[in-house]
Amino acid sequence: MYKEPAVPFKGTKEQEQELLTFIDANKDEDGVLMPALQKAQEIYGYLPIEVQTMIAKALDIPLSEVYGVATFYSQFSLNPKGEHRISVCLGTACYVKGADKILEGIEARLGIKCGECTSDGKFSLDSTRCVGACGLAPVMLVDDDVYGRLTVDMLDGILDKYRN
Amino acid sequence: MVTLKINGKSVTVPEDYTILQAAKEVNVEIPTLCYLKNINCIASCRVCVVELKGRPGLVASCVYPVAEGMEVLTNSPAVRASRKMTIEMLLSNHNKKCLSCSRSTNCELQRLANDYNVDENRFGSEAPRYDIDDVSPYLVRDNNKCILCRRCVAACSKVQGIGAIGAIARGYKTHIDGAFEKSADETTCVGCGQCIVACPVGALREKTNVDYVWEALGNPDKHVIAFTAPSIKATLGECFDMPIGTNVEGEMVAAIRQLGFDKVFNMDVTADLTICEEANEFIGRVRNGGTLPMMTSCCPGWVKFVEHQYPEFIPNLSTCKSPQAMFGAVLKSYYAEKNNIDPKDIFVVSVIPCTAKKFEVTREQVNKTGDFQDVDVSLTTRELGNMIKNAGIKFAELDKEEFDNPFEIASGAGIIFGATGGVMEAALRTAAKKLDPNFEGVEFKEVRGTEGVKEAEYTINGTTVKVAVASGLANARKVLESVKSGEKEYHFIEVMACPGGCINGGGQPCQSDSVKNYVDLKTIRAKALYDADAATDLKRSHESPVMDMLYKEYFGEPGGEKSHHLLHTSYVERHKY
Repeated sequence: MYKEPAVPFKGTKEQEQELLTFIDANKDEDGVLMPALQKAQEIYGYLPIEVQTMIAKALDIPLSEVYGVATFYSQFSLNPKGEHRISVCLGTACYVKGADKILEGIEARLGIKCGECTSDGKFSLDSTRCVGACGLAPVMLVDDDVYGRLTVDMLDGILDKYRN
Repeated sequence: MVTLKINGKSVTVPEDYTILQAAKEVNVEIPTLCYLKNINCIASCRVCVVELKGRPGLVASCVYPVAEGMEVLTNSPAVRASRKMTIEMLLSNHNKKCLSCSRSTNCELQRLANDYNVDENRFGSEAPRYDIDDVSPYLVRDNNKCILCRRCVAACSKVQGIGAIGAIARGYKTHIDGAFEKSADETTCVGCGQCIVACPVGALREKTNVDYVWEALGNPDKHVIAFTAPSIKATLGECFDMPIGTNVEGEMVAAIRQLGFDKVFNMDVTADLTICEEANEFIGRVRNGGTLPMMTSCCPGWVKFVEHQYPEFIPNLSTCKSPQAMFGAVLKSYYAEKNNIDPKDIFVVSVIPCTAKKFEVTREQVNKTGDFQDVDVSLTTRELGNMIKNAGIKFAELDKEEFDNPFEIASGAGIIFGATGGVMEAALRTAAKKLDPNFEGVEFKEVRGTEGVKEAEYTINGTTVKVAVASGLANARKVLESVKSGEKEYHFIEVMACPGGCINGGGQPCQSDSVKNYVDLKTIRAKALYDADAATDLKRSHESPVMDMLYKEYFGEPGGEKSHHLLHTSYVERHKY
């Protein structure tokens, strides 16, 4: 189910122009919807209703078709990414070491669900497949920093480092 | 032509046939679920699988082409086992509350489950995952019952050319809904209900208003009136297993009266009234250089389609209200005054083959009689059938009765309103007579029939009228695009949102795929209306004595001030995406 992002859409005229120029140049290609969505995500970082409506209008196709494709592929995000991106590894090793508890712990502390962004735009939370650090399981990344052998007790300290 | 064997029987069929089509030729039934002829041929449900001798695995017969020398087995142990497991898997996340389901005993999945003796809990049962969406005034979506056959999606995008709904997400989370999971009335949905009649199960149904009607019927202070649309008489019998196309007008009136309604009126009468106004408006537009082509406005699905998709054509829509809306206005003005009843105490129930009419009754542009709705509740054919069953009335055994005075007699023109081309023919009958008093013709056969787009040209008393008739909104789109591009020029266009017109409306009895794929519902149901037209001497709307009475006693003349206030309406532009 779609939940409107807590952060309001802040797209600019320039961004819209860039997207429309791209669509216009590729309009007649077969399957242009996919590259249009990729371009839009590259420009805006995510695909909110405002952006998907722009694409539907520019291609003159139903919004339901755009939304269907945007929700089919996991690489497309309907939520903006935060200033700091948290990724919790849910690979097999991390999972058996209790990564689900880590994910729940962060969700509770930030008041958001996996895939969402906090209303101040500070943090976004995602799960990820194996990051290749199974020896340190359970593992999470905040931006490019890796945190291993995690326990729920450590979460407040880690989040605080990025809060200032 | 190719020759193949199906269960040992030899059959010769054209090369482009599928196995399913070939099997039909030798009377071999293959069950289907996702397959709707010409609409949804995607082989996704795997219920129609068959075995081919010498080929490993099973193939989907609904799309698999025939080949010379092919040997097909439709009933082998492997086929039966596969179908059974498919159905059991479909049931694993299907909400199996069959007892209270609106489609119980009329559900294609239930029938298959029965036929294949499945264990309904073989793969477990899960708690409902989706909230039931009943936000819009006409549609209820229960995705816990959806089997993802995509028949509704195909009806919306291919038949209607709208695409208000689609498949969302992937894998186990796949579900059908509007973009961003918006409710129907927040999308570009026009409310036609073709998704409901396409649905094999109970995932989609109309939002029922039956309880309000029972409540009004139980309230002695209310004067409760029912009126029935032209096509109901041709389809209501199907709710009681009568042959498709049986005209049950007499039984229908008797049943409604037994339900406790104070009056039972005939909406064919306000179809006549619509024609009086619309023919007058058309002649006015032609003579005074008004916006042409004029487009009919009886169909609320089509009207909303124009408002969403082609707002530039809003000035082309006839300003006439639909027969339903006109009847509501007439009952709460003329009828209330004449019978000295406070219109607030009149409870008006329409029975319409349509779900979009449930939206129409809420439109502020049609409710101008007072600070209340002109039509209080709009019921579908199915809902009326349900009320009759609920009341324990033995429908097929009823003695025929007649509509109540004064809205009893209608012309043949009013009767054929329920089929594609009917409104056009009705309007032409009156317009031709007005343009040329010596014109005697009453049959305009070129606009009859169930093709998606029909064109004709008539010259009456020196005036040439080019007309087009479309049913199914994807066809309407083609007509509008051809007008927009200048490729075609018409004076008058009739559109009905549902393919074949109201007789195939979204509020009509649901027929299963095994009927729909092989029986021409549209033609058989329409025949009941054309037969009734043929049997009546009164052919033209404006010659009806009821019209005479209404205009003499109340409205004055077509297009007059009172008509303008009560019988005409306006439209609004709506979002396209």
